[in-house]
Amino acid sequence: MIRTARAILRKDLAIELRTKESVPAMTLFTVTVFVLFHFGLDRDSLDGELASGVLWVTLLLAAVIGVTRLFATEREQGGIDGLLLAPVDRTALWLAKATAMFVYLTALELVAVPTFGVLLLGPDLFAALPVLVPILLAANIGLSAIGALVSALAAETRARELIVPLLLLPLVVPLLIAAASATEPLLRGDQAAEDLGRWLGLLSLYDVVFVLIAVAVFDFLLDD
Amino acid sequence: MYSKGLKPLSIATVVVVATWLALVFFYAPLDADQGFVQKIFYVHVPLAIVALCGFVAGGIFAIRHLRSGDRSYDVKSYVAIHMSIIFGTAVLITGAIWAKAAWGHWWVWDEPVLVSFLVVFLLYCVYYPLRFSIEDPDRQARYSSVFAIAAGAFVPINFAAVRMAESFTHPRVLSQTGGSMPGEMRLTFLVGILAMTLLFVTLWKFELSSKNASMQLKRLRRRLEATA
Repeated sequence: MIRTARAILRKDLAIELRTKESVPAMTLFTVTVFVLFHFGLDRDSLDGELASGVLWVTLLLAAVIGVTRLFATEREQGGIDGLLLAPVDRTALWLAKATAMFVYLTALELVAVPTFGVLLLGPDLFAALPVLVPILLAANIGLSAIGALVSALAAETRARELIVPLLLLPLVVPLLIAAASATEPLLRGDQAAEDLGRWLGLLSLYDVVFVLIAVAVFDFLLDD
Repeated sequence: MYSKGLKPLSIATVVVVATWLALVFFYAPLDADQGFVQKIFYVHVPLAIVALCGFVAGGIFAIRHLRSGDRSYDVKSYVAIHMSIIFGTAVLITGAIWAKAAWGHWWVWDEPVLVSFLVVFLLYCVYYPLRFSIEDPDRQARYSSVFAIAAGAFVPINFAAVRMAESFTHPRVLSQTGGSMPGEMRLTFLVGILAMTLLFVTLWKFELSSKNASMQLKRLRRRLEATA
């Protein structure tokens, strides 16, 4: 299963490297939204709750773009039929797509978070990084697991571009709560919050539950 | 076949709902703090509990559908979620009325249960566009079931997360409603839960039998066209 997943993942990453469809679009979107927030809030620098909220909402909205595109190339070019005809375990397919999403999100954050630090963030970003990075990674895991599931759910519908944001955004509310609350004291220039463990715990719980759910139900999607 | 037992069930529902209303208006004491408005509690909270149970029931029917491949479980799951959406609309409206009367605002963000309910409600509203944008009936049933299961698992996590976010600033006692309620209030409340459950089940059965009848009609009509 791991080998199949790795092969699909390699194919997805190769396509992404050649076409440069998802990650550059997500990055560009993120930077544009930061600019929008600058004008919308009429603030030159943000800190604390506002900074953490802007950062996380922007990242989640960018993730919507990635999730919408996750199965799009396969559907448009008919590659999905090939994948489904091959005796491929659906779980391997989910694992590959979720990992691809994880890679996209991490690549996005490598650009988006420093850009946020330069454009909008008041306090120093470097001091926050040692704690911020684990939070980002934990959020990415949950977001990728649920993103791959939502993408497959929406793939067969007529209004895919409509269903993905409507479905994904309510589902990530707990993730947003945990991630934004854990990030908020860091972006105020304080040390990590004393209840950081609780928020990381919630993030991990979210990750575990949705990985399990996705693995359990993915078999029933995408079969013809 | 779903109409079996509908008549006694409807009669029982009417009786219990009437008893419950009588209890609410004539038996339960006026709240010392909020007065008459507090009586909306006997509508709002049972409705919310039943709506959430309906969502969970939708998930359980969905699991049975995926396990057995029997499409009738998918219809059951769909109708349960459909009824819960209707009950949920009533929950949000009664909640807003209560909030306006008790705190002076139509919406309060520091009431974790109401906020979580809104998130859950928004998620389940996507059930309709998802279900009806899939044409193939078999696939429609399968995808809807997958949604119902994922959303059913989401409900408790969301409640935990929203409560954690709120209790951070407002520490609150876990069971506001259970602990200090006087006997008359508790009895009225419990009868309210029973009444709403019966109402839910009755409406669910009616909707199921109507769905079934129209499906049967469609089948018969198709056969008639084939022979004509």
